[in-house]
Amino acid sequence: MSQPAAYTIDDFHLAEEPHHPEGSSTMLGFWIYLMSDCLIFAMLFATYGVLGTSYAGGPTPRELFDLPLVAVNTAMLLFSSITYGFAMLAMVDGKKGATQAWLLVTAVFGLAFLGIELYEFNHLIHEGAGPWTSAFLSSFFTLVGTHGLHVTFGIVWLVTLVVQVQKRGLIPANRRRLMCLSLFWHFLDVIWIGVFTFVYLMGMLR
Amino acid sequence: MSAPTDHGHGHHDDHGHHDEGAHGSRKEYWIGFLLSVVMTAIPFWLVMTQPIGKQAIAMTIMLFAAAQMIVHMIFFLHMNRKAEGGWSIMALIFTVVIVVIALSGSLWVMYHMNENMMPTMDMSQMG
Repeated sequence: MSQPAAYTIDDFHLAEEPHHPEGSSTMLGFWIYLMSDCLIFAMLFATYGVLGTSYAGGPTPRELFDLPLVAVNTAMLLFSSITYGFAMLAMVDGKKGATQAWLLVTAVFGLAFLGIELYEFNHLIHEGAGPWTSAFLSSFFTLVGTHGLHVTFGIVWLVTLVVQVQKRGLIPANRRRLMCLSLFWHFLDVIWIGVFTFVYLMGMLR
Repeated sequence: MSAPTDHGHGHHDDHGHHDEGAHGSRKEYWIGFLLSVVMTAIPFWLVMTQPIGKQAIAMTIMLFAAAQMIVHMIFFLHMNRKAEGGWSIMALIFTVVIVVIALSGSLWVMYHMNENMMPTMDMSQMG
């Protein structure tokens, strides 16, 4: 009946953790974070889809939206996407200065995008079309505002990485961080495709 | 000048753990960008000038949006079946399924709730 003495609690887990190189799971982990972020946006899109026609006697999309402005905004985000791509290519080539320069160009396009969006929000609120006016505008400001907040934090992250690269160079850790931000930045562009199609363009068709 | 040494080390290290396609090439970024420009310009042009019926425009711009999202996934996010041993694409497929259920379900249910409201129902006469 007695068990051999060697049969101890230690046998139920690995005596030694399997070795993984540092950061080897970061990219997959970050991708899964992005997927969860995608679900947040899906909920906001669904909310907008349901409430988007509840004007409560207030203004309709056709009266409010300025398509040429949205087109310029979309162009800003699209330009920032390809300049971030150039930053990644410079990183792969090990060109520190070029990487930083392209990152800063990306930040400028990102700031231009944010500036236009804030101008639009300000304009809407001054026209009496703030988020409190109708369910349509509440869901509009929540959806577009959440995307804008993501871009804001993306720019903060971007500037942080420019400083990091300046201090430590293109070390593996910084390359990994740049690749994460690359996913984040391009992901925001994908979300924006949904925003300009379903919110602005479909809004003008109503 | 520590950049060249950084490059040699980092480059090697990076590619030891990640697949080769993780960064994409300059050509890929340009193809993705040009496709995106076209796929953005056409929907905007359609809505601004409205050369065809609204229903047709709505269908067309939705198709362009879906296509452009795929273009971004392939050329900018470098999505493929092999990234991270296939786990990236699995997470993506799972997310897309959830997103489709949540979106179509919400819209479908709420649309029918609105449709099935009794026409004479007036909130001011209630309770």
